[in-house]
Amino acid sequence: MRHHLLLRVITKLLVGPILLFALYVQFHGDYSPGGGFQAGVIFAVAFILFGIVFGLAKVKQVFPPWLVHKLAALGVLIYAGTGVYSLMLGSTYLNYSAFTPAHPEHGQHWGILVVELGVGVTVAAVMVAIYYAFAARPPVIHDEEW
Amino acid sequence: MELFIILTLFFMLVVTAIAILMMRHLFAVVMLSGVFSLLSALLFVTLDAVDVAFTEAAVGAGISTVLMLGTMALTSRNEKMPRDFSPIPLLVVIATGSVLIYGTLDMPIFGSPTSPALSHLATAYLTQSPHDIGVPNVVTAILASYRGYDTLGETVVVFTACVGVLILIGGLARRRRKDEEGTN
Repeated sequence: MRHHLLLRVITKLLVGPILLFALYVQFHGDYSPGGGFQAGVIFAVAFILFGIVFGLAKVKQVFPPWLVHKLAALGVLIYAGTGVYSLMLGSTYLNYSAFTPAHPEHGQHWGILVVELGVGVTVAAVMVAIYYAFAARPPVIHDEEW
Repeated sequence: MELFIILTLFFMLVVTAIAILMMRHLFAVVMLSGVFSLLSALLFVTLDAVDVAFTEAAVGAGISTVLMLGTMALTSRNEKMPRDFSPIPLLVVIATGSVLIYGTLDMPIFGSPTSPALSHLATAYLTQSPHDIGVPNVVTAILASYRGYDTLGETVVVFTACVGVLILIGGLARRRRKDEEGTN
């Protein structure tokens, strides 16, 4: 897409706000609609948009595939690890109230924050990984035929 | 007024679905399926299910449209014409559809306050979550805390999907490159 000047300029302007909005949706999910899943998708969309306009090689420099694959697993580990941590504190699996026994509500806030972060990391990485897998194969349809 | 909006959205949904059925050009079909997701997201907003609408707009209209376009670029632009008309699929669809409609007859009326989902669990969540969890968005409280196991399962499913795609598509490309290096 080297010849689409408008698309390139607008993409450069949009990527930052999209990432920022994803972080807002991620960490404001307790108070407004949204959460890890939606935030992960929006976060991935910023990279996918960048990849579509500037090419797969450029976006792979920013967000290398090995990191994407490790982050996909890391998110699940964060989520499951939160449950293991509550087990080690002597409570049931994924019972966040155990984190701060004096104020169960605070523990719930922390638990939800960490767990949503795990969901967001996994979803963002998985979406980018699937996009990489599809885009890395040579297309059968050429640019002019669309 | 709200009824008018809902009816208009449903009408547009049906029109989009019929247009998707009629078209052979897959690029237009993919775009229309994005429109379909966006219309369903609007319907979810009219039901006050903002979180679901958010997900539908981001995943249905956003990511899956991009992935469908990616798949299309790897396969074909036009839908293949069916070889000849066979009545069996039509009969299967009509039979399944009538069974499903028959099944809805037992369901409580839409929005009925006495429906089982609204009378026990929903009220319990709404009344208890402010002092159990204290998070203003009850949907987040249910998803991440009350139903933490289910959300963990969903995350693992998403991860499994990634592993499946990488094994199917990502691994094959790498093996081919090795073969080429070997022959060269």
